[in-house]
Amino acid sequence: MPTPVLMPALSPTMTEGNLAKWHIKEGDTVSAGDVIAEIETDKATMEVEAVDEGKVGRIEIAEGSEGVAVNAVIAWLLDEGEDADAIPSEGAGSAPAAAEPAAPEPKRADGGGVGPERAPEAPALPGAPAHTSVPVSVPDVDEARFFKDTQRQTVREALRDAMAEEMRNDPVVFVMGEEVAEYQGAYKVTQGLLAEFGAKRVIDTPITEHGFAGMAVGAAFGKLKPVVEFMTFNFAMQAIDQIINSAAKTLYMSGGQMGCPIVFRGPNGAASRVAAQHSQCYASWYAHCPGLKVIAPWSAADAKGLLKAAIRDPNPVIFLENEVLYGQTFDVPTDPDFVLPIGKAKIVRQGKDVTITAFSIMVGKALEAAEKLAEQGIEAEVIDLRTIRPLDVETIVASVKKTNRLVTTEEGWAFSGIGSEIAALMMEHAFDYLDAPVARVAGADVPMPYAANLEKLALPQVENIVQAAKAVCYRS
Amino acid sequence: MARAATTKSTASRPGPAKAAAARSTRSSKSAKPPEASIDDLVGYYRDMLVIRRFEEKAGQLYGMGLIGGFCHLYIGQEAVVVGMQAAIDEGDTVVTSYRDHGHMLACGMEARGVMAELTGRIGGYSKGKGGSMHMFSREKNFFGGHGIVGAQVPIGTGLAFNHRFRDTDRVSLTYLGDGAVNQGQVYESFNMAALWKLPVIFIIENNKYGMGTSVTRAAAGPSLAERGHAYGIPGKEVDGMDVLAVKAAGDEAVAYCRAGKGPYILEMKTYRYRGHSMSDPAKYRTKEEVNKMRQEHDPIDTLRRTLLDRKVDEDTLKKVDREVKDLVTDAADFAQQSPEPDVSELWTDILVEA
Repeated sequence: MPTPVLMPALSPTMTEGNLAKWHIKEGDTVSAGDVIAEIETDKATMEVEAVDEGKVGRIEIAEGSEGVAVNAVIAWLLDEGEDADAIPSEGAGSAPAAAEPAAPEPKRADGGGVGPERAPEAPALPGAPAHTSVPVSVPDVDEARFFKDTQRQTVREALRDAMAEEMRNDPVVFVMGEEVAEYQGAYKVTQGLLAEFGAKRVIDTPITEHGFAGMAVGAAFGKLKPVVEFMTFNFAMQAIDQIINSAAKTLYMSGGQMGCPIVFRGPNGAASRVAAQHSQCYASWYAHCPGLKVIAPWSAADAKGLLKAAIRDPNPVIFLENEVLYGQTFDVPTDPDFVLPIGKAKIVRQGKDVTITAFSIMVGKALEAAEKLAEQGIEAEVIDLRTIRPLDVETIVASVKKTNRLVTTEEGWAFSGIGSEIAALMMEHAFDYLDAPVARVAGADVPMPYAANLEKLALPQVENIVQAAKAVCYRS
Repeated sequence: MARAATTKSTASRPGPAKAAAARSTRSSKSAKPPEASIDDLVGYYRDMLVIRRFEEKAGQLYGMGLIGGFCHLYIGQEAVVVGMQAAIDEGDTVVTSYRDHGHMLACGMEARGVMAELTGRIGGYSKGKGGSMHMFSREKNFFGGHGIVGAQVPIGTGLAFNHRFRDTDRVSLTYLGDGAVNQGQVYESFNMAALWKLPVIFIIENNKYGMGTSVTRAAAGPSLAERGHAYGIPGKEVDGMDVLAVKAAGDEAVAYCRAGKGPYILEMKTYRYRGHSMSDPAKYRTKEEVNKMRQEHDPIDTLRRTLLDRKVDEDTLKKVDREVKDLVTDAADFAQQSPEPDVSELWTDILVEA
């Protein structure tokens, strides 16, 4: 049967073009790969190659023709032993029945689009927003049972113990980063690991974030479980392509084949007097991206229980620590099986008048603010988010249904921040329960200044939280 | 003309002899003859032809609107991946950039699954969710298919780290183009690979153009093969249009890596006949240049002549041609018949369920 040669598209958006030149004539023999014609659009001219071998039986579209539709038959090739009589007499210039439209309309899941393509009459429904997966409900874990036997530990020690315990449990867990081994950690979080586990599993890297983050991703594709320490998350910006494009997206792009069990951890947010390039909160950057989990603990117990969970998790996890918290001491369970679920917030103070959400260092500030508010007769409920993604929307909603007021807090900038996301979620899930607009307490919208007085102004303070809480309670 | 590596003798491979990963058309590598056997040569011919015909078909389907987005064809470069694949064994890993169809086929991935991924169908290797540039097969030790120029280089270094961590003698083949050699992360990888003596072969496929920019306008220094010298990584220029030269250089590099001596760089002097992607009219080079390469250095034509010189009869090769054509036709049919992914697939494979 004769083989049709079709007008090709140069790009997915091309619908027609000009047949500028034929390099063959009827009766010629062509092989696959031979240039047979030139076509042109307003953007480019390209050669058309034969895909099959055969004799040119008939040329349907003459050289110089303009506006030839994509997929139109422009010529016929004959197999050995065939002659031109075998060519269908109709259909010159029209697409053969078997061919599909040149650019099929992209199919979308209902409401799956955003922006102008999204149907205006399809608003997000409470409980089932169309643009995101349904919030995951993490089963309750009886955390209290772990706290029967505890010891006083700093956040730094708790993080170290979490890594050490997981390294004892699983021989494919290893730690790498700058100064993690012989120097014992830039902030001494990896103290003692080299002595116990050796240089094979506690690896000092050169200062080469992009490279070692990518290398660790490759190791994780090989089913090792790297714990990558960034000296601070500011330096992880050098590596963010590997974190997002390689670690977070590859599972999806591989149809589920390529899991990436990796933890990226290190101090995040402002330290003290180190200015703009060393003082930034990356929570909203990473929380923005599907394919990642993002954890930002406050207490030493949560730091330990969640870092252990992060190392066990088969997905890429961003674990945001805080330099100022490293030296703070908390009760930490001694039970070797102590581990916490990712995705579960914790109510660290009960209250009925206003809900305050916080994570990392802001939890301490929120608790201080709650004390001050209590003195003024306002009982604040403080929620330690602990995990930013997946966010425990259930716990926040339940609290807001009780208090009817919400203040979000974070060190990072307000614009597109975690507070903005929570505010939007409350519109979707608790709109009818809000008695005041959600208030966001966040870092000033400036690069972090160095001067002590300016730095203090740039960071959210306890007093800012108190004022915001009073405002949503309509108290002055 | 590149300094060819054909005259180099191949080092014997340390470690246990592994079953050849490739097809049954190849003879066992444990008894390596001084010259490739006829079976080996016919195998290389077939493997290169599969890639050539597959890519031509992909170009055709793209022209019909059945393949969308970017589609980077490997036509002209077939000898590189087929020669290198012949130099490795079961358990060795492969990672490359976005011009990846040939690598997948050479790794033994099914033409059907690759083509169906190009058409965005459920029968594709990534269920239609990755497309041309993002395909993987754990079973065949193919780790992608990466769309960001240079990003696969640290990943390949990490796969080598994995081989070393597990105390195996496996090696990581990490392919990159001449466009990627100016990315910083490539040198970060060279440094770590050399520092820790990781078993990774960096295969620079120098096809002379990074998109539309000639390598001479983009890369300083006399030779890409020498880009690792500052790190003490040996490098070699190879005639990447000659599958036997590639195989010989590959054998040498693999033996070096398997012996624990660290990374190795092979600069494959090759050429792509098509544009950078389907929408590239390739105005940055002359038609004469392309035609000269096709007529004088085509890797498939060259090997075909070698086979005829060695008294392989024309009918044997024609039979291979026919089989390859049928394989590719079958793949194209499958890729058009396989349905689009179910809409529920939008929400799967985002996270591994713990």
